[in-house]
Amino acid sequence: MNKSCCPPQRDQTTAEPPSCCSSKSAAASCCPPTVDRERPGYRLQAYVSDWLQTPIGEIPQVATTLTASDRRGALQMRWGMGRDHYTVAPGLYAVGHPQAEAPVLVSANYKLSFDALRKELREIDAWILVIDTKGINVWCAAGKGTFGTAEITRRVKSANLSKVVNHRRLILPQLGAPGVAAHKVAAGCGFKIVYGPVRARDLPAFLQAECKATAAMRRVSFTTWERLILTPVELMMMTKVSAWILLGLVLLGGIGPAVFSLHGIWSRGLVAAAVYLAGLVAGAVVTPVLLPWVPGTALALKGCLVGLATALIPCGIFVNQLGMLHSFALILALSAVASYCAMNFTGSTTYTSPSGVGKEMRVAIPLQALAVLLAGISWFWGTFSTRL
Amino acid sequence: MKYFKNVVTLVLDQTKCTGCTLCTLVCPHGVFIMHAGKATLTDRDRCMECGACAQNCAFEAISVKAGVGCASAIINGWLTGKEPSCDCGGSC
Repeated sequence: MNKSCCPPQRDQTTAEPPSCCSSKSAAASCCPPTVDRERPGYRLQAYVSDWLQTPIGEIPQVATTLTASDRRGALQMRWGMGRDHYTVAPGLYAVGHPQAEAPVLVSANYKLSFDALRKELREIDAWILVIDTKGINVWCAAGKGTFGTAEITRRVKSANLSKVVNHRRLILPQLGAPGVAAHKVAAGCGFKIVYGPVRARDLPAFLQAECKATAAMRRVSFTTWERLILTPVELMMMTKVSAWILLGLVLLGGIGPAVFSLHGIWSRGLVAAAVYLAGLVAGAVVTPVLLPWVPGTALALKGCLVGLATALIPCGIFVNQLGMLHSFALILALSAVASYCAMNFTGSTTYTSPSGVGKEMRVAIPLQALAVLLAGISWFWGTFSTRL
Repeated sequence: MKYFKNVVTLVLDQTKCTGCTLCTLVCPHGVFIMHAGKATLTDRDRCMECGACAQNCAFEAISVKAGVGCASAIINGWLTGKEPSCDCGGSC
């Protein structure tokens, strides 16, 4: 081998550090890139740390530590940015150095799910079978059936899993169960399903205990933190409709005794917009965070109460400026908006049933609509009567 | 946190239960326990109608009307006359 300045090929080992290529400016030096995995049109994913030889060829080995870019991606997902295409290619991956007897963990191809799994697998040798859930997390995909019997059966076959492992067992996240019929997967591809814990962080203990989960590992939780991190997406999902509502409110504020005035936009329109935003935050952020402590069973009622409490603050501070009719409008509107937003949070909770949500909505929606109508009447009545 | 009483559609037919225990494992709210070799409902009101138990019961002993629980999907379902579906931008 000629004595060049370049580091050795990756399958050779040497104790000596490369001479000229350790700097970050390798691209400008004499050396080719150290990554020998580049293919035209493909990009090597940062979570792939190595490649393992298996009976079916090379399988990517994934890292078990998250990088700054993984955390940045997670933050973006929490704010609802680019959630529709934050995916991992479906197929077989390795973590550690799994052999034929190593367990197979099944995961969704939403990268947030995949990251949540791999970061818990330090010191563990396992296979990860990522199935195509259209970039949706395990529980939601199971609800839609995309994390389901058919896709698992298909993926086990297309990944040639039976040639890689010598057992016939798949470990699924428990929350995948709503989409999966274990007996049908067994009939379809010969692999028996074992339901693992709800949370990936319990997997090491679960595997240690020969695939037995404790009762606590089998229960979903809904802690304050778990509720809080769901709220940005709640807000973001409302941005488009909120923008139209805010525009409408500002323009409606201009209508007054002077037919239409910029002063009205300034004094009434912006106040109305602020009331809407306060209702939004009360219902979509404050109510979810304070959920267990707000009285009531229906989320619409909880939101209404938080909205009411929020409305009393400006009504108290500006008691002399607002007048009775405008105060009445503010209280009704803010409570209705908060109630509606809190009701929408039912889709994110871990304990509400669709039957129960339907029940509360049939009562709440007409009341919310009535409150908004009365608020509107009261608002205009107050505007016109003070000037007469 | 508890939701409404007596509202869920979960039904267990104990005569069909063979005691495989799978429903006690998949339920995220511990609604089932084993009693005298059969699955038994302990706290039906905790059921969130995810459907995991019914899906995984090979003996069709459990039925539940599982579905999407988010309000906007239910409103869409009402407006379009279809089953509520979670097509509100992807991953809700």
